[in-house]
Parts: sequence; structure tokens; C-alpha cells
Amino acid sequence: MFNYPKKLLYTETHEWVKKEGDIYVIGISDYAQDALGDIVFVNLPEVDDEVFVQEPFGDVESVKAVSDLYSPVTGVICDVNEELLDNPALLNEDSYKNWIIKVEEVSETEEFLDAESYREFCESQG
Amino acid sequence: MELKTPLYDIHLQESGKIVPFGGYLLPVQYPTGVIKEHLAVRENCGLFDVSHMGVITLKGETALASLNYLLTNDFTNMDQGKVRYSLMCNVNGGCIDDLIVYKLAQDYYFLVVNASNRHKDYKHMKEHILEGTIIEDISDSVAILALQGPKAFSIISKLLPPEDIPTKNYSAIEEVYIDGMKCMISTTGYTGEEGYELYTASENAVKLWKLLRKEGSEFNLIPCGLGARDTLRLEASMPLYGHEITEEITPLEAGLGFAVKMNKEDFIGKKALLEKGEPKIKRVGLQMIDRGIMRENQDIYLNDKLIGYTTSGTHLPYLQKALAMALIDKYHSEPGTIVEVDIRGKKLKAEIIELPFYFRNK
Repeated sequence: MFNYPKKLLYTETHEWVKKEGDIYVIGISDYAQDALGDIVFVNLPEVDDEVFVQEPFGDVESVKAVSDLYSPVTGVICDVNEELLDNPALLNEDSYKNWIIKVEEVSETEEFLDAESYREFCESQG
Repeated sequence: MELKTPLYDIHLQESGKIVPFGGYLLPVQYPTGVIKEHLAVRENCGLFDVSHMGVITLKGETALASLNYLLTNDFTNMDQGKVRYSLMCNVNGGCIDDLIVYKLAQDYYFLVVNASNRHKDYKHMKEHILEGTIIEDISDSVAILALQGPKAFSIISKLLPPEDIPTKNYSAIEEVYIDGMKCMISTTGYTGEEGYELYTASENAVKLWKLLRKEGSEFNLIPCGLGARDTLRLEASMPLYGHEITEEITPLEAGLGFAVKMNKEDFIGKKALLEKGEPKIKRVGLQMIDRGIMRENQDIYLNDKLIGYTTSGTHLPYLQKALAMALIDKYHSEPGTIVEVDIRGKKLKAEIIELPFYFRNK
């Protein structure tokens, strides 16, 4: 039912990670955007902010609820997808194309799940 | 253990996202999503399953006297076939529930109460009804479908002759037949839009749903879930039990004085309401000035002084604004006042505005 691209890594808090050289690109999964419903607001950090592994770096709000975004890595933010500020619904349209932050100088990462393990994890959530 | 309404299988067929609510398993949304469902009701039409609502009947010679004693509104001069909103208070003047009352005969009233309060309401009413009133909880045998939106009339006109469609707001026709199914139809709803609620025996629910879906398709009717029901009522600034009204909040504090008739003889809670006098808090609207979205139970400050809290809030799809209802100190409730709302640890600016947020143009 949901899309779990094979080339990405995932967390149990429903973020995805793609490594581009030394930079980690981070977004939320298809499962997450569906669970949230219509997304109407995204609270983003700024470039040069530090993020810490498994700690919140922002939040996503849907009509129904607010949900924290957890950083899968420790590092420094080098880019923020500001398009999401004006058009948060992009996350519902395609949560993989529409990344949220990019992080460099990464010193620590959590243990990622591959696509298959993440799919199993989501399916076990019912 | 959650109950299922007679339309549970339909919700699965329509790919509804099922959640527990008020003791029932109900769709919070369908694949269209809350925003599209909300807009469908403002622009075209939406169909809701509200069978979870409780239905309690009062019958007998003293039914009217019982109602007038149990509820805050006055039912004395009510015409048969009319519907009236009321609160039911406890002895302290707090709200046990809010409900609507249909007068179906001189000695027969049909009450629609909140699902989560159904058993509490029944127990309270049974304890306090007068001799000669017969009370019955018939919730499980009744299915309720709400057809809401500017196209509701066009859709229902394909199924009923004009004389079987009530025209005045808050009125009902007790017995009409839609494709042979006996229904009660009323001009009521919880969306701030025109529309109808249809009451029928549970066994008719699936057939009635499918018929309305079929006849509604040319008018872009879509099924709507609890999510849109909540955003629509919030946009129309209608109270929701457990949010704007609770056992600790009086109807006067919640801005529902229009449904409290202090001039009538006696009713449960009247003495307490008199003793409390003019309410010190007021229900108001709030609109965000800073970027952010208000949710329920967030503290409101004016010059660092706590003056109230939000009762419901979200980003509202038709008005496209982050709005909330709040209960605040009446002294600081003037529209235009700039306050700060504690949104998850950050104090963000919002402005007090008049209610309702949305009022349909008739």
C-alpha cells in the first residue's frame, strides 16, 4: 500500500535518509505522511543549526495533529527545503522527492533500517 | 471493546481510516482526506455516518414537564415537528451534555445526545424524570446519516417529493419513505452548512447510504469522516462536548445563554447558575498572528498573566487560517486584543476575534 524506496534508509520514527557524499538528506516516509493526513504546516530549523541523533529538529502539523521530526544523525544543517514553508502539502504529494533538511559534518548516526525491515516495522504497527 | 455502527462494512469498502471514537469504530477520514472532505461540504455536499450518536426518547403525560426540569431550554411553546438545542446541567450548573430535542407529539420527545455521554445521560435522566414519563435508550436500533452542503437539497429532491422535505431550519418530518425505507428527516447538522439528517432503522442504513452516494454522484457528493466533522463544526464555531463544554463549565460561560431559559420555573442547575451570577469567563475566537497552529488546552497570556486556555484549534480548511476557540477571562475578551498562546513551550501571538468564524450566506 505504501511506497518504500529500496535506495533509502529509514528510522523507526518514520524519517528517511539518503547519503549523498558526506551529506545526509532527510525527509519523512510515505507511511508517515499518510498517518498524519493533510499536512498544513512545517516548522523548520535554520541552516547552521546543530541537530542531534534521535532529538527533535522541527515538527509537522496536519489538520489532525502535530508530530515531531527526529534527527537520525548528529551534525550541522547545510540546507533546508524552504518550499515546504509555503506549500507543506508537498509532503503529502511526494514525501521522498520533497526532502526536509540536509546535514553535514555528521559525527553520529542511529542504526538505520533498510527498506524491507522498515516495511515490516510499519506493517507491524497495524 | 468498541462498537460498530451499521455502516462499518461500508466504511471499509470506502477505504475509510478507522479509529475508535466515543466507544465506536468510525472513519476519521476517507482517502480524499480531511481538507477535501471539508471543502466538499462547503461547496457541494458530504455524507456522514453519525449513527454513533445516542437516541433517547421520553414519552408520557409528564414528558414535557420532565424535559423542562432536566434541560435548560424551555419546551413549553414548541410546535410539533420542531427541533431545539439545549444543555443538560448538573446541580452545580456544569454541563452534563448538549443535545437536540425533537417534538414528535404532545407527549413524545426524541433526544439526540453525544455518543460518549449516552449512558451517563440516560442514568441521570432516569433518576430525575417525573412519574408518568417513560424513558428509553433506542440508540442501537437507529442509524443516522447526515447529508450536508449546498447541494443537499438537490440530492434529497431526487428521492423525496417536495412535501416530504422540511424547509424551515431545525424542523423535522417524522415519517417519510425513501425507496420504501421509513425515515425521519430534519434540517439539522453540525457543519454550519444547510443540509439534512436522516434517521432510519439500523437495517436500512447500508441501502440508504448506497442510494445517497448514487444520487449524489452528479453533485460531487463524497463521504466525510470524523476529521472533517470536527473541522467543520469548529469553523462554524459550534461547541463540542469535552472541549468548549464540560461538567465544570456552565452554558453561560460557554456562550450558550440562548439555550438557557432562566425565566422558567425550575430546572436542574438553575439555582447554581443564579448564585454564580454573570459569568466571569467568555468563549472567544483566536486567530494566529505569528506562524503556528493552536491546538486544544494551550494556555493564553496577556502581559505574562494567564487569562485562559484554548478549547479547540487547528488550521481550518475553508477559511485557510489557524484558528482556535478559547475560554478566557471576560475582562480581557475584547476583540482586537493581542494575546500570547503557549504552543508547545513557545509563546506566539494571536488576536481575539468575534465568533462565529464562518457563517453561511443564506
